[in-house]
Amino acid sequence: MIATETDAYQDAYQRLNDARGDTFPVWLRELSERALNQFTTLGIPTTRDEDWRFTNIAPFAARTYKIAESAEIPASRIESLVNDAILDEQFHRLVFINGRYAAQWSYLHELPNGVIAESVAQSILTHPQSIESRVGQHFDCENSAFIALNTAFVEDGANIVVPDDMIVDRPFHLIFLSVTDEPAVSHPRNLISIGKNSRATLIESFRGLEGASYFTNAVTEVELHESAHFDHHKLQHEQLNALHLATTQVDQQAGSHFSSHYFSFGGDLSRNELNCMLNGERAQCTLNGLYMPVGDQHMDCRTRIDHARAHCKSFEIYKGILDGRSKGVFNGKIYVHQDAQKTDAKQSNQALLLSDDAIVDTKPQLEIYADDVRCTHGATVGELDEQAIYYLRSRGIPADQARTMLIFAFANDVVRGVEVLAVRQHLETILLAEHGLDNV
Amino acid sequence: MLEIKNLHAKSEDKDILRGINLQVNVGEVHAIMGPNGSGKSTLAHVLAGREDYEVTQGEILYNGQNLLEMNIEQRAAAGLFLAYQYPIEIPGVSNKYFLKAAMNAVRKQHGQPLIDTTSFLKLLKENMQLLGMDKSMMERSVNEGFSGGEKKRNEILQMAMLQPKLAVLDETDSGLDIDALRIVADGVNTLRGPDRAIIVVTHYQRLLDYIVPDQVHVLAEGRIVRSGDRTLALELEDKGYGFLETHSAAASAAAV
Repeated sequence: MIATETDAYQDAYQRLNDARGDTFPVWLRELSERALNQFTTLGIPTTRDEDWRFTNIAPFAARTYKIAESAEIPASRIESLVNDAILDEQFHRLVFINGRYAAQWSYLHELPNGVIAESVAQSILTHPQSIESRVGQHFDCENSAFIALNTAFVEDGANIVVPDDMIVDRPFHLIFLSVTDEPAVSHPRNLISIGKNSRATLIESFRGLEGASYFTNAVTEVELHESAHFDHHKLQHEQLNALHLATTQVDQQAGSHFSSHYFSFGGDLSRNELNCMLNGERAQCTLNGLYMPVGDQHMDCRTRIDHARAHCKSFEIYKGILDGRSKGVFNGKIYVHQDAQKTDAKQSNQALLLSDDAIVDTKPQLEIYADDVRCTHGATVGELDEQAIYYLRSRGIPADQARTMLIFAFANDVVRGVEVLAVRQHLETILLAEHGLDNV
Repeated sequence: MLEIKNLHAKSEDKDILRGINLQVNVGEVHAIMGPNGSGKSTLAHVLAGREDYEVTQGEILYNGQNLLEMNIEQRAAAGLFLAYQYPIEIPGVSNKYFLKAAMNAVRKQHGQPLIDTTSFLKLLKENMQLLGMDKSMMERSVNEGFSGGEKKRNEILQMAMLQPKLAVLDETDSGLDIDALRIVADGVNTLRGPDRAIIVVTHYQRLLDYIVPDQVHVLAEGRIVRSGDRTLALELEDKGYGFLETHSAAASAAAV
């Protein structure tokens, strides 16, 4: 529909496809080709599209971005970026630079028997059959231009497989760094599979070289088998010139538990889509999110929870703290299918506006086709409580500090849900220490 | 310690204080009594620096300094403490964090070293025991879900930790049963001393059985209409505020 705007991607695709060697599996080449056609058909969405009403992506996505090459950036600068991103040396670390796995910056501790943690590029090269059934399996590529785009350009990402009955104690930390000196795009594709009764924790961090202008278009596919437990964290610290789009798709089998902790700080325009399909009885998901735009940042958070089977539970808290002329969008859909009796779904969305010019658009959506369910949702938008500021000041706490304490208090509902200590401390540092407050 | 001269204050075009004169010396305990709407709470909040009130005339000297030129946190750091009639709930901020932040904020403003965690927790434990407070209240959010009595005790706990020079207690007795009243009063009396002053704002005489004042002032329609020793409070209890109206009407008539 906006053919000219997608031309740049067509050209880039041809170059990428030519570069793909003979070892590139036929099925993936076909999938990628279909996805490109799908992207071309769909075009870049406009605000006339209901799903994009509040986020005008066209001016950003229509810019020309090159497929990021390995930039000629001194290793010392990359090293300091990696060091900034590291949360705990005890974690398994997989570093991706401009979307490509960078073995020299990655570090894997000894992995339990049968656990796979490697780059998707490696999997494609050496045992493509292991991912054949997992790429695009749980997606409706038909409707999302950017998932289609990611699939067209599929090249690398993290492939994590935990077999049945296994607990992986050390979190996997995926660090995505955009290190480029010209506008560049990367399309990381992560494939996560957690076996029956197994447990694992994952953190995705997104960062970039200071001042860099780039587009990250990430897709993460998660499958949780029966009674699997998976904790997912995302720390979005992109540079202020970055466009960050990401979709995480989670397919949950019976009795599985998924928790998501999403923290959005960076980017010029960012949009995070998180879709959970509760596809087996007694599956449960907890989606927590915090977005804190300042200046002219635009942050769009979309979640969709499909209660497809009976006796499933979902809990969701999203909070926004908006300053400057920033804009936030929250769209939370809960879709209760006809067979999903005894569904228990709770959703809460709260926004705190710190300036008169900040805007938030919030849209909770409940669609319920079963008759024996409990679904609640609430949305509030407010300002800092002046009474509380007065109270704190009257105990000697300076006004600025009082405001920071109240902002932290507001955010803390989401932060304290993070069980991984290094992640929680990282967040507390951002929320408190950077404002001169100590932790308790 | 505190000298209030011809203080006038209004809130949203409504005159509330209309010429308060009051002197409180160090070591003294003063009670301010008066019917509802007489301006008692307004006076307490004007002292603390609440920005909803506009002072239109008069001055307040606190240890020789012009109090009205100090902001809220400077007043607190200078040793002024207001125990609220309706303490504010602050969800998400633990009581412990709040107290430590307050103590350190005051120390910082005086250029003193910050309190270390061990000493802080020791002091906190002692004061909580004194006030009969359960340990769990420290981890809970400030005043959130506290009963009326728990909130008042929490105010007195803050006072005990901060050790103010001038404490203003705004209706601290309201909502307290007799046992809680005794504990709170003991807490206040512990603070009483030659280098401090206390102003007790109350509607009822009852609290003054436990915190015995040196002077009692009666506030009506934004002015102090009578001052005396503690027998004035007893007289008010006996005769009610009605007696005062006839008295003050007579006084105004005499002034004309």
